[in-house]
Amino acid sequence: MSISAIGAPLLEAQSLSLLRGGRELFCDLSLAVHAGQLWQIEGANGAGKTSLLRILCGLSRYGFEGKVVRPVAPLYLGHQPAVKALLSPRENLRWHLNGEGLYSAEQIDSALARVGLCGYEDVTSHTLSAGQHRRVNLARLFLSDARLWLLDEPFTAIDAQGVDETQALLASHVAAGGAVVMTSHQKLQVTCEVHTLKLVQSLIS
Amino acid sequence: MWTFFHKLGSPPWLYAIAGAILRWLVPITLIALISGTVWGLLFTSPDFRQGNSYRIIYIHVPAAVVALAGYYVMAIAGAISLIWRMKMADVVMKAAAPVGAALTFIALLTGAIWGKPTWGTWWVWDARITSMLILLFLYLGVVALYESFDNKEAAGKACAVLSLVGMVNIPIVYKSVDWWYSLHQPASIKFTGESTIDSSMLYPLLLMIAAFYALFTCCLLMNMRAELLQRESRTQWVKRIADEKGRG
Amino acid sequence: MSPPHTGQFFARVLCRQLLLVMRRPIEMGNPLLFFAMVIVLFPLGLGPAPDKLANFAPGLLWITALLSNLLTSDAVFRSDFDDGSLEQLMLAPQPLFLSSLSYILAHWLTTGFLLALVSPVFALMLNLPISALGTLILSLLLGTAVLSLLGGIGAALTVGLKRGGMLISLLILPFYMPVLIFGAAAVQAAVTGTPPGPYLAILGAMLSLAIALAPLAIATGLRISLDA
Repeated sequence: MSISAIGAPLLEAQSLSLLRGGRELFCDLSLAVHAGQLWQIEGANGAGKTSLLRILCGLSRYGFEGKVVRPVAPLYLGHQPAVKALLSPRENLRWHLNGEGLYSAEQIDSALARVGLCGYEDVTSHTLSAGQHRRVNLARLFLSDARLWLLDEPFTAIDAQGVDETQALLASHVAAGGAVVMTSHQKLQVTCEVHTLKLVQSLIS
Repeated sequence: MWTFFHKLGSPPWLYAIAGAILRWLVPITLIALISGTVWGLLFTSPDFRQGNSYRIIYIHVPAAVVALAGYYVMAIAGAISLIWRMKMADVVMKAAAPVGAALTFIALLTGAIWGKPTWGTWWVWDARITSMLILLFLYLGVVALYESFDNKEAAGKACAVLSLVGMVNIPIVYKSVDWWYSLHQPASIKFTGESTIDSSMLYPLLLMIAAFYALFTCCLLMNMRAELLQRESRTQWVKRIADEKGRG
Repeated sequence: MSPPHTGQFFARVLCRQLLLVMRRPIEMGNPLLFFAMVIVLFPLGLGPAPDKLANFAPGLLWITALLSNLLTSDAVFRSDFDDGSLEQLMLAPQPLFLSSLSYILAHWLTTGFLLALVSPVFALMLNLPISALGTLILSLLLGTAVLSLLGGIGAALTVGLKRGGMLISLLILPFYMPVLIFGAAAVQAAVTGTPPGPYLAILGAMLSLAIALAPLAIATGLRISLDA
């Protein structure tokens, strides 16, 4: 961890500013995410957490000022689970549109088992609950070898045990030299240090 | 050169320069429009076949010419907005669409009015008329798309893509419609054949075309100023202008 | 674990889209049913006289094919937008214009391609001469592919809007017109016994242009829609 922490940041944002409907969500915001760091973005509803995350991952390309440098491709999990109801969890992961690696059946099955979906691999997803959809999405964290994770409210609709497991996963990812930037209203209970970034909006003068 | 482009990207500067141009352009446009109209309507001889009804070309032709050019203004502004991400190009595009649509509509309307005494019918599916109608649809599509977005920045970009697709398509549409018309109509009753126009009729027409270009520019600039004020309504410079207007 | 290369990813998106349609086959049947029903409307509206119908048949068949293509275009990206899959596609390392071409290919295979295959049945119901059937199928195969590509542009631009259905028609119908002109003319030529080759060649040229340019417009449109 110490070696990778010294190196260049995995994600660097330089003086970001965003105006939305005449409100300044953030102004001159700079952020450098290094390996081994867990960042939590905090703020009230409408403070611009999701907007910031979308800018960081590259989905938002217009309407903000500043620059984002992404030396590594991040893994982004958004608000929507990106799970197709007509496909089974296994097919969802195998044919995922994010264009990551070609996973073997064993890899996919073990990832699904780790998010507690053992036995659900071949059920069409529309019979699964909202929480299970989110779990299918979280299984991507086990599959991906991306070093940087950008997670938008990863605990939504996940039960208490699942939240604990996910937090443990985040901690182990960080310990292994990865980095996580996430939004959540929950207080994180992880073994590693949590860097927080609080978004406070201001009305433009 | 670069500072000029840089300034173009600044809303207050653009607002001011548009105002300065308008101060000169509006009187020039009015003079050209009035003198062109008077010249065309009163001081040219009637056509030997159509009599006086042909005089509507002094409105019809300039409107049609400028309507088509307006689409290209819009599309080029769209390209600039997409390639160089210049926000002010969005403003130009947004301002050009309704003006172009209005001109296209004027061209169609005057065409219909002209058609009644000339061909005995309000509407014929002539190649040029059909093309103008399609052009009107293209304009209205851009306006409708812009209005459908809540996020005006995204609206500008989406309209830029649409108008660029339109620019590629306009020649294809025109050629197809031309060809379609020649397939379905025998050449003998082609209305838009090689007719020559006498120079005494041509000069006022050229003046009117120039006047319509100026009119288009005026409307474009005025629309742009309105759009700028609306977009920047929360900034200092707009508040200052509002205060000045309020006091004056 | 290297990411799949472009060709593999193209095939992955195509298979995924086709599988999604297979899982709900009625989506494939709907445009065909629509096509059949609108064809029935024409004899009801124009009268059943066979020679009159035969006269109009090339245009009617083409307009109906165009409309059923138009109605399905709206849905090309919609469900993937709603469940967040498109966001993931935007972030994929593979070029977006190829993935969007893959979407369009899947759309064409499940609408235009099938329409072209069943069109002879309805053509015969409208008394189109048998000699023109081959040209009808060919012109529809070429033409609906152009329509799918153009429709994809409209779909990409309106996918972020709550009610894109009507708007997409306004946006792309003007672009459909040249295809309609040459598609119907090809069939008409075959009916009157003149060679339809030139018209089909022009449709092919339009298709080449559309394949080259439309995916770029679709990709840009998708990025804009996802940004809004």
